[in-house]
Amino acid sequence: MKIRLKINGKDFAPHIYPSMILLDLLRDLGFKSVKRGCGTTNCGLCTIIMDNKSVLSCSVPAARADGKEIYTLEGFQDKAAEIAEFLADEGADQCGFCAPGFVMNVIALEKENPNPTEKEIDEYLVGNLCRCTGYMSQHRAMARYFAHKQKEA
Amino acid sequence: MFTANEYIKVKSFDEAYELNQKRTNKIVAGNMMLRLSHRKLNKAIDLSGLEADYILETESEFKIGCMCTLRDLEKNEAFAKCFGPDISEALGHIVGVQFRNSATVGGSIFGRFGFSDVLTYFLVLDTYVNLYKDGIVPLSEYAASDYDNDVIMEIIVNKDGRKAYYESFRLTDTDFPVISAAVGVHKKGRFFAIGARPAKARVIYADYSEFPEKLSPNEIASLAEYVSESFNYGTNIRAGAGYRKHIAKVLTERLLKKTGCEKP
Repeated sequence: MKIRLKINGKDFAPHIYPSMILLDLLRDLGFKSVKRGCGTTNCGLCTIIMDNKSVLSCSVPAARADGKEIYTLEGFQDKAAEIAEFLADEGADQCGFCAPGFVMNVIALEKENPNPTEKEIDEYLVGNLCRCTGYMSQHRAMARYFAHKQKEA
Repeated sequence: MFTANEYIKVKSFDEAYELNQKRTNKIVAGNMMLRLSHRKLNKAIDLSGLEADYILETESEFKIGCMCTLRDLEKNEAFAKCFGPDISEALGHIVGVQFRNSATVGGSIFGRFGFSDVLTYFLVLDTYVNLYKDGIVPLSEYAASDYDNDVIMEIIVNKDGRKAYYESFRLTDTDFPVISAAVGVHKKGRFFAIGARPAKARVIYADYSEFPEKLSPNEIASLAEYVSESFNYGTNIRAGAGYRKHIAKVLTERLLKKTGCEKP
């Protein structure tokens, strides 16, 4: 079957098979920032933004993406670089495998709530697992990032 | 992930119901649990084109479409204003925001999962399930029934003045609950549901004639004991039956204190 969707602002019309998941479709189309992690909808590695909401692409049937507007990390290079600086400054990036999904969810949080409290940051990012950092460095990095954004505004 | 020969976006509940009568076909709701199965389906039935992701408030009830996401319900201010803010406590620990942006209310209720926070929460409110064929049935009845081929169209919650309070105990924040507890405070009495026992949640009712609206600390302990004794508990990898029973009592005590022990 054929679907039409917009990825990072560009139109695509790929052929998919009936039980294909969006994660596989995106990777087949070359969007390799979208990582396959647990495959059980738990780890957050495959996070993308679909119609302005962060979702786990490992659980979205590709057919359901028909007519949708999708963003992967490839569509947010400048924003990703900015967030990555804060992660690096706090030592919050070790193996880096979780980073694309994590950054996508930070972007989703910023769109939904530009001035989150530290508790709101933790609650929003709890679905992004990281086995390297123990989360405290990520917590510090994002607290600093949002404080910086609030000063800018 | 399941495999399917066809993926069909249905245009009506009628079409979904007809297709769902074959055992080899299956409805895809949020696809959070179904995607974990390795079933070979003939037709995957997608309800996402039915515009059933609504939350509608009328004078007497809330209607929640089967495809409404848990996140949309969690963030719905009108629902929280009517039934109390603990809807976010009940839903907010379910994996992560991304998960709840896809998981649906209909799928969660249909699953009747033992670990379901959603089921435990809704059981203490005056909740009904609107089924395509069987019509409107009380949630407590639906929760106790076996799986069949009917289709949930929406969940209806009557505004009868009840407030819901919710607590759960988890080994880690986003894991399934070891035990979940909810209290619905009504003008005539209290409704208690205990879930993740690890069997699915059930609800019991305690009248104010037996346990008055104002409770002393000793009466709170005694009512919590009564509630925890009213359910059966089992053992699995997360906890033993005895520990579950103990935590059920602790959570019920906390909930009773949270309610302020006064009728609405």
